[in-house]
Amino acid sequence: MSDSNDLNVKTGLRESATFDAATMTEIRRAAETGIYDIRGFGAKRKVPHFDDLLFLGASMSRYPLEGYREKCNTQVTLGTRFAKKPIVIETPVTIAGMSFGALSANAKEALGRGASAVGTSTTTGDGGMTPEERGQSTKLVYQYLPSRYGMNPDDLRKADAIEVVLGQGAKPGGGGMLLGQKITDRVAKMRTLPMGVDQRSACRHPDWTGPDDLAIKIQELREITDWQVPIYIKVGATRTYYDVKLAVKAGADVIVVDGMQGGTAATQEVFIEHVGIPTMAAIPQAVQALQEMGMHRKVQLIVSGGIRNGADVAKAMALGADAVAIGTAALIALGCNHPKWDEEFKKIGSAAGYYDDYHEGKDPAGISTQDPELSKRLDPVEAGHRLANYLRVLTMEAQTLARACGKNDLRNLEPEDLVALNVEAAAMARVPLAGTSWIPSQSY
Amino acid sequence: MKTFDLTTTSLRDINQALHEQSSECTEREWKITGAKGNHNIACGLDQSLSVDIEGHAGYYCAGMNKKAHVVVHGNAGQGVAENMMSGTVRVKGQASQSAGATAHGGLLVIEGDAGARCGISMKGVEIVVGGNVGHMSCFMGQAGALVVCGDAGDALGDSLYETQIFVKGSVSSLGADCIEKEMRQEHLEYLTDLLNRAGVDEDPKDFKRYGSARQLYNFKVDNASAY
Ligand SMILES: Cc1cc2nc3c(=O)[nH]c(=O)nc-3n(C[C@H](O)[C@H](O)[C@H](O)COP(=O)(O)O)c2cc1C
Repeated sequence: MSDSNDLNVKTGLRESATFDAATMTEIRRAAETGIYDIRGFGAKRKVPHFDDLLFLGASMSRYPLEGYREKCNTQVTLGTRFAKKPIVIETPVTIAGMSFGALSANAKEALGRGASAVGTSTTTGDGGMTPEERGQSTKLVYQYLPSRYGMNPDDLRKADAIEVVLGQGAKPGGGGMLLGQKITDRVAKMRTLPMGVDQRSACRHPDWTGPDDLAIKIQELREITDWQVPIYIKVGATRTYYDVKLAVKAGADVIVVDGMQGGTAATQEVFIEHVGIPTMAAIPQAVQALQEMGMHRKVQLIVSGGIRNGADVAKAMALGADAVAIGTAALIALGCNHPKWDEEFKKIGSAAGYYDDYHEGKDPAGISTQDPELSKRLDPVEAGHRLANYLRVLTMEAQTLARACGKNDLRNLEPEDLVALNVEAAAMARVPLAGTSWIPSQSY
Repeated sequence: MKTFDLTTTSLRDINQALHEQSSECTEREWKITGAKGNHNIACGLDQSLSVDIEGHAGYYCAGMNKKAHVVVHGNAGQGVAENMMSGTVRVKGQASQSAGATAHGGLLVIEGDAGARCGISMKGVEIVVGGNVGHMSCFMGQAGALVVCGDAGDALGDSLYETQIFVKGSVSSLGADCIEKEMRQEHLEYLTDLLNRAGVDEDPKDFKRYGSARQLYNFKVDNASAY
């Protein structure tokens, strides 16, 4: 790619910024097939993100904590508002909902193992709860989705929390999708579908519409589970300020806000890249809504969408989140897109690091597949161990930054610890542009 | 028989008492009076109880029911017997929208009319409606059967998977991928049995059968207008 680019530059050929190579390829693909592009992964375009924020470490005016010696708490309790049994997680990094169907049973088991090893929670997905997953997850959040595939009161009562999914950052306003290649016998049975259909799940819940109905729905879920477990509401980040207010009003214990960079198993590319707002822009909206209602920290806020390292965790928390959730990064820790499968990725027209055709079910790494031979490549114990390591690193990195800011609890991080590298980030995150006291959205 | 009055006992206490029967059944017959449109009455039952609800029930009455036999002696609000797994739920009056939504099993009988989206995303339940059903009924129905003794509203069975639909009266319009199908002997026998179990006096020969054309099961460019 770069060789031919160099050559083109030398010969004076110039690529159009508007019609670049990827754009032209997509136009040709659309012209040949007549159907929109479907893929997995999250948004690939660059959007303002946590990289555009920096921490102001302590010096003279602030007092740092000693690394290793002075404690920095990472434990968080979720669901303190109404549930008799809130969830206590040892690290504020949780595993986001990803369905069995999109992922292999081994991958789901590995997620459970990794999360349990560090004392955090994992989440089911659009396809029900598998025994492997329940068995290996000490804290399991059960998703309640529009499709209600595999939904049943027994699993509901086995869950440690229930997450009512209204939307996902990758596709706010869109339903799930699982194409025929992945609807194997087991997946089909769990979803009560014929084998091999291209399954489109609904984008709206079948038995409630607005926030007033949702309040009654939540009461139903609480009644069925005798008010034991927390109820989360998950929304894709769009009109986050209003959505969070309505979620609190509907009776949520915990609100999950998933930004536009958030991963997905399958949806239209146009959806992934063009709907929703960046994670960083959503958090201040959510926090403002909670604060105005006197509910910040009482209704916990979990944020997801593009969390990759401890700095992202710490920044999300400094902006006011109580915890974060990871999807894509967890899959990469398991082995998704690993260079060791590069030859095989090439055979299916992709490359290690670029693979996003999760919906085709041919993942050489054995993660986003239902093929028994490919699935076997992922050892759930070993992969779970890698995930646990990665989660520990995220936690330690976040602690490092918190201590540097003089905080003995990750949740003591605050917007005042942050500055922005550029005007966009300053406006979205509502923190000053570095070296100034200017917050664009608050003063002119 | 144990009787609760919802005007004097809280919903929580009543549901809790009913749930406690799932581990050890000490009383099979229950009556709830003063329903007065309260929501979530008798949801999450998991025992072969017989529960009579006097008056009108609000949303999600008998939601996620397992094993129990629940009768609403009045009308039922949105999502009656939603996601039912087994047992029976009978509504003596009319039911609002999304009756029997996503239900996996059991029998739901609505003696009067049902509103829009009756049997939406149903996954194995049998629903018998004595009167009419509203628009978008059986939308994305996956399994089970919906019987309508009156008329069906617009877009019946839109994006249908494998649910069977039987309608005696008129159908305003069929939804995408839903077609009329031949009523063979096996279907007549099944319908006879189902009407009997529902206690509805109708002649199965008066019904027409509808099901999925299965043309939308896999993405095809030619079907673009239906997506
Ligand atoms: C393979 C895959 C499957 C997913 N399945 C679901 C799902 O079933 N339900 C859901 O609410 N979100 C689902 N998501 C979204 C995640 O829960 C989460 O919102 C997202 O991955 C967070 O962003 P990140 O991937 O950048 O960490 C899925 C994501 C991926 C990558």
